[in-house]
Amino acid sequence: MVEGAEQTPSEYIQHHLTSFTKPIGEGAFWTLNVDLLMVSILLGIVGCGFIWWVVRGATSGVPNKRQAAVELLFDFIDEQAKGIFHHGDRNRFVAPLALTVFVWVVLMNAMDFLPADLVGLATHHISEHGFRYVPTADVNTTFALSISVLVLTIVFAISVKGFGGWLHELFFAPFGSHPLLVPANFLFQMVEYVSKTLSHSLRLFGNMYAGEILFLLLWMWAAHSSLSGDHLVGWFSSVLLGLGWAIFHILIVLLQAYIFMMLTVVYISMAHEHH
Amino acid sequence: MNITATLLAQAAVFALFIAFTVKFIWPHMVRAIEARQKTIADGLAAADQGRRSLEQSNRQAEETLQQARSRAAELLAQAEKRAAELVDEARTAAREEGGREKAAAKAEIAQEMSRAREQLRDQVASLAVAGAEKILRREVDARAHAELLEQIKRQL
Repeated sequence: MVEGAEQTPSEYIQHHLTSFTKPIGEGAFWTLNVDLLMVSILLGIVGCGFIWWVVRGATSGVPNKRQAAVELLFDFIDEQAKGIFHHGDRNRFVAPLALTVFVWVVLMNAMDFLPADLVGLATHHISEHGFRYVPTADVNTTFALSISVLVLTIVFAISVKGFGGWLHELFFAPFGSHPLLVPANFLFQMVEYVSKTLSHSLRLFGNMYAGEILFLLLWMWAAHSSLSGDHLVGWFSSVLLGLGWAIFHILIVLLQAYIFMMLTVVYISMAHEHH
Repeated sequence: MNITATLLAQAAVFALFIAFTVKFIWPHMVRAIEARQKTIADGLAAADQGRRSLEQSNRQAEETLQQARSRAAELLAQAEKRAAELVDEARTAAREEGGREKAAAKAEIAQEMSRAREQLRDQVASLAVAGAEKILRREVDARAHAELLEQIKRQL
């Protein structure tokens, strides 16, 4: 924080990238990033709660502006799902899943716009040593999402093709059913599953993490300007650049959430396809 | 930034939010939107039906008007014909009546004429008798010469 006048730039960034963790068991794995959980649950409740509140009072007559806005969102999601998913009733699961993913990821991404040092003034009361408030700039969140989607694709693949059909595809597709090709098939399928999941989560994570770092660099410039006596040149330029980056980041926030949602629908749609 | 149990917690949270959306949000909204779509479709269909029935009643009105118009023309023609007939009848009757009156007048005139001639004849006869009396200076015995007088009267 700013009070830490002795902080070097790398200490400043390190400080802001430190998570608020609580160990819950033995080993490095068994810790909880309390900050990520708090923020993401809060955002999920805000997002889902708002839509639920609007939907609960939804009329099939003339909608008010609030309902019309939510309906636009529904229509947008439904159009995407309709364009990709042709394997049954999308209203049963795929479209609501896409809505959840889109709304939640947009909100989590949008936390990037909050200025870190101002949020820090509040979060210091919760945790003195770091509080990260952009859940999607942490691999735990993005992997949680992409692994959940992976599990869903496997569940859908099995429910559509049966366990035997899924195993058959695992070993006899895509190269053919010759016994010698079984290892190649299996390897290919494994690579496909792993690469899908990795690219799905790391794309989102990389974009949001880079955005966060860039914001931190700009804010660090401003923080140090007030200390180093450069007549606030650094402060003004960081404000201008920060504004520019924030405006551009709006695009990234929405685009990454959109891509994440689309890939989710595409993967689940692919799981329904027979080879 | 390590992979920690946070991942599991986040996945569980994600699952809960998905379940919430699937169960409580999406179906409500879809129901409202579909109900509205149905209302709009019904409204459009009703409007279409209304337009069709308007067309039909317009056509019917046109037909009725046409019928009324031809009926009126027919009546007019009949009336004109009837009027012409009446005029003709009246003319014929008048002509007959005129003829009859003329004939009666002629007959009366003829009667008057013959009566006048008779009177004239009588007067001429008496004049002749008077003349003859004067000539003969004596009375003519009307009874004695009645036959002669009758003869003269007839010759006049």
